[in-house]
Amino acid sequence: MTDTTSGATFTEDGIAESEVALPRVRRRMAPIVPAQNVVGRALVSVIAIMTFLSCLTLGVVSLVRDTASVWEAQISREATIQIRPEEGLDMEAALESASLIARGFPGITGARIVDRAATTRLLEPWLGSGLNIDELPVPRLIIVTINEDYPPNFAKLREAIVSQVPHASLDDHRTWVDRLVTMARTTVAIGIAALVLMLAATVLSVVFATRGAMAGNGHIIEVLHFVGAEGRFIAREFRRHFLATGMKGAAAGGIGAVLVFLIVSFWSSRNLATPEADQATALFGNFAIGLSGYGGVALIVVVIGMLTAATSHLTVVAYLSDIESRQSDAG
Amino acid sequence: MGAEVLRDVSFDIPARSFQFLSGPSGAGKTSLLRLLFLSLKPTRGLITVFGKDRSRITRRELPLIRRRIGVVFQDFRLLDHLTTYENVALPLRVRGREESSYRNDVEELLKWVGLGERMHVVPPVLSGGEKQRAAIARALIEQPEILLADEPTGNVDPPLARRLLRLFIEMNRLGTAVVIATHDLGLMEQVDARRMILSGGRLDIYD
Repeated sequence: MTDTTSGATFTEDGIAESEVALPRVRRRMAPIVPAQNVVGRALVSVIAIMTFLSCLTLGVVSLVRDTASVWEAQISREATIQIRPEEGLDMEAALESASLIARGFPGITGARIVDRAATTRLLEPWLGSGLNIDELPVPRLIIVTINEDYPPNFAKLREAIVSQVPHASLDDHRTWVDRLVTMARTTVAIGIAALVLMLAATVLSVVFATRGAMAGNGHIIEVLHFVGAEGRFIAREFRRHFLATGMKGAAAGGIGAVLVFLIVSFWSSRNLATPEADQATALFGNFAIGLSGYGGVALIVVVIGMLTAATSHLTVVAYLSDIESRQSDAG
Repeated sequence: MGAEVLRDVSFDIPARSFQFLSGPSGAGKTSLLRLLFLSLKPTRGLITVFGKDRSRITRRELPLIRRRIGVVFQDFRLLDHLTTYENVALPLRVRGREESSYRNDVEELLKWVGLGERMHVVPPVLSGGEKQRAAIARALIEQPEILLADEPTGNVDPPLARRLLRLFIEMNRLGTAVVIATHDLGLMEQVDARRMILSGGRLDIYD
């Protein structure tokens, strides 16, 4: 007779003839939902790739949005007075006079005459070096700096300058700013549309990949159901497993995207003085995606992890109710 | 909906009773066991399980009732990623019990069914007979009030079949009602027990 801790008494009936000493080192119980198999690894890869692409799209969109607002601010910070050369016009006197008028105007913080040397440099790409600016009828410029908080009345400023300085005109860059703002907003809108499509594709592929990984687990749900496990217990086991799987994949993808941003940011800061980097910086600023960008990446990672868990939960619930409904169909 | 497999079948399984359910292949033995195990709903008729009308049992109550019933499936239904020990412990584990509270019971039962040395291997490396015994151990681990076994000796040689039968008799002596579905006449002849013979959708009982 053998007594067990539950109080049951079993009689040895000859089945247990030989006993060997069991190893005392006991491994932890294997998880009820099996660890990674091929489908599970494929799921992690799909989640990682889709998260990576989503985070990249998010980063690029936030970069473009930030850059667009910087362009807008920078260009509207300045206006230009242009004086065209004419016979008998004392250009230097006209420049001084226009600059004085501008400086005295409310909302203007400064006016800087672009001197001969700077004008020559400006024209160098088109007219070559060694240019004598006095031999050519080249218009001269005054760059007016604007107080962004209290911008001047451009119509009045234009009127004052045009009436007092002959051949002068004021360009407040409005047309240019308007175009640029339109372009930037269009770019951001396209970026957001791309991000929405990317997120939709991510959601769909994560859902389908999770369902695919769940398909091989039907027999486990069934056995758990038959040994008396409650639906809540089964759903919790799968949810926990797939939350971990989803977070693992999503974290890998998110970290990959952040690394890409850091590397590009590092590269652009290392190459600040080169023409390529200048061009890139002029377009995209300094490639930093900012705190909101990193926050967005973290949010995407968490949402995708939860999405994976929720999908597995719903699949378990659907499977269990399928078992229930099959009870009346079969036989 | 297909033709009726079982009709005018009326019987009860008293507590602590022992019976064989027999009949030719396709007679509906498995269907009858599934009805008893609540994994199949009758299209008509009344089934009362532990004094409760089957049609009034809610989905929430189902697991609690299943825990009082042990089942040995014809195809074992062991989980391949769990060891023999873990498979047998599964009914206790899904109840949220701590492993330390049942470890000795599971090990004891596994030794009793002759799987003491095969405790920590996974089902794919077990023989048919060993899987059979693991499935039986899983059904017995909770000392259910009723044990339903579908062809439990179908995969084993006659000596082992006799040993498994002794296992069921021992369980019955400890208070479990046992229903063994089998078409093995040799097995039935070894025990003087109630016989329920299914044939042509009808059930004849020989006490």
